[in-house]
Amino acid sequence: MAEREAPHDMSLWRDLPRLAVLTLLGLLLLMPYIWMVSASLKPADEIFRASLALLPERLAAAQNYGRVFSLLPVAQYLWNGVIVCGGILVFQLLFAIPAGYALAKLNFRGRELVFGAVMLGLLVPPHVPALPLYLGFSSLGLLDTYTALIAPSTISVFAIFLFRQFFKSLPDDLIHAARLDGMGEMAIVWRVVLPNAWPAATAFAIFSVVAHWNDLFWPLIVVSTAEHATPALGVLFFRTTEGDDDFGALMAAAVIMTAPLVAAFLLAQRRFVEGIATTGLKG
Amino acid sequence: MSDAVLPPRLSPGLSPGLAPPRPRWRAGETLTAWMLSLPAVLAYWVLLLLPTLAAVALAFTDYELGMDGFAWIGLGNFAELMTDRGFLQAFRNTLFYVAVVTPGSILGALGLALLIEGGTRGRTFFRAVFFLPVVSLTVAMASAWQYLLHPTIGPLNAVLRQVGVEGPAWLSSSGTVMWALAGIGIWENLGFNLVLFLAGLTAIPRDLYAAAEVDGARSAWSRFRLVTWPMLGPTTLFVLTITMIRAVRVFDTVKVLTQGGPDRASEVLLHTMYQEGFTYFRLGYSAAITLVFLAIVLALMWLQTRVLDKRVHYG
Repeated sequence: MAEREAPHDMSLWRDLPRLAVLTLLGLLLLMPYIWMVSASLKPADEIFRASLALLPERLAAAQNYGRVFSLLPVAQYLWNGVIVCGGILVFQLLFAIPAGYALAKLNFRGRELVFGAVMLGLLVPPHVPALPLYLGFSSLGLLDTYTALIAPSTISVFAIFLFRQFFKSLPDDLIHAARLDGMGEMAIVWRVVLPNAWPAATAFAIFSVVAHWNDLFWPLIVVSTAEHATPALGVLFFRTTEGDDDFGALMAAAVIMTAPLVAAFLLAQRRFVEGIATTGLKG
Repeated sequence: MSDAVLPPRLSPGLSPGLAPPRPRWRAGETLTAWMLSLPAVLAYWVLLLLPTLAAVALAFTDYELGMDGFAWIGLGNFAELMTDRGFLQAFRNTLFYVAVVTPGSILGALGLALLIEGGTRGRTFFRAVFFLPVVSLTVAMASAWQYLLHPTIGPLNAVLRQVGVEGPAWLSSSGTVMWALAGIGIWENLGFNLVLFLAGLTAIPRDLYAAAEVDGARSAWSRFRLVTWPMLGPTTLFVLTITMIRAVRVFDTVKVLTQGGPDRASEVLLHTMYQEGFTYFRLGYSAAITLVFLAIVLALMWLQTRVLDKRVHYG
């Protein structure tokens, strides 16, 4: 997006009230983050004094964060988050890109049917198939496994829809040329279409990872032990085992689990905003 | 997305005279296409379509986990829902949550978008600040809110005490708990709506403001009323339905902060469904709640396609 000119050419002086109001509102919105970090640095007695000082009188970061690392398999949770999000994304792309290409560029018997199925699938929130899926994984003895965490999300009708829309705008000549060069359809998908699908794939990847890193509903249903718990579940486990009293350590745990995505967001802020705003419409 | 949501309208027969001769399918192309779609089609069947149909069927049974068999009880579950105090409370609470979060996050986002768009400085920066909650781990941020709203050690009530007000126990008294959850909901949804409004504002042609000024719209308010608001109409309607669909799904904050308490004062649809299904293992009953949830989501999506149809008229 190109920066546009301001409606009136404004001097910094005249722009100041607007910036002041925005800064104030921004600080207000950041309050949970500010207090979360602040409490994670404070010893228990300072937290319980309920003082409004943000900075700790006695730095207790080592105790709080140390407690989290000694009580929780933090690395395991984060690693599980990476495996689950990565696994889901790989399968989503593996399934959706060829199907999206077929729907966009191939003329075949049954195309209307497949596309209709995709549109139908868009109407169903992931909570609806959850009960039967749970029964299925339970009867297969697959509860509390990576498979149970990853499999239900591997099919994203939204991804199929997104890639179909995107591939439709690719010039036909590109594909004809590849065919004349003797490439098979599979090779065309991965070597001609995919490199051109990069913007759509990045946007979808960001949307998908954010959605599944933060998801609580499904992991809560299928996972019961720390071995396969995702970061969201990790925070929940910490709360149930340690009670709600140790706010210093709880806030430290919250900081640790939130940090990876927030850091990624701050590094690629524009891509995140655009990726989620253009693809996140499904919610 | 409107053209895609309504595929039947694109079906042949609209203009038979103009339609090109129907292309014959080539067997090879059909085979290739199905080979390419096969993984997606299989996963769709096994992981989406069949479980969804099974959930619908389950809602008409009395199945409980661990039972040997089950009986078809027709609308029995739905009849029970009608008299289930807990469910009715969850239904009302969900409506309340949607009714507060939707206007709150939309008006807030609109105000912020106008402020950010009012100048060139700091646009990217402020957009990022307000978007932060969208990418933050909800469970973790809910814990931060719990500390913030804690009745005795929470900073919010500490501030209130400074001005001589004794703040309530936000999350553990039945009078305030839904307000507190809705407040957190507004905070979560604000950034997402803000980005949509900013995109909508960017699309308004500059000359319209100049034209309005020539026509005598001198004040910022009259420019907003004459140009911004009507031009933003389609965006607003779209944001409205999207926000409602997101708000109906409230679960994480309830699960983490209140478990539906105190005394079911913060029970919501998905949490009740989760409790019935995965705590009490009454799967048939839980499936019936899922269908009520699905019906609400479908009604909102229907509304959305209507809204998107209207969008066309604005060009």
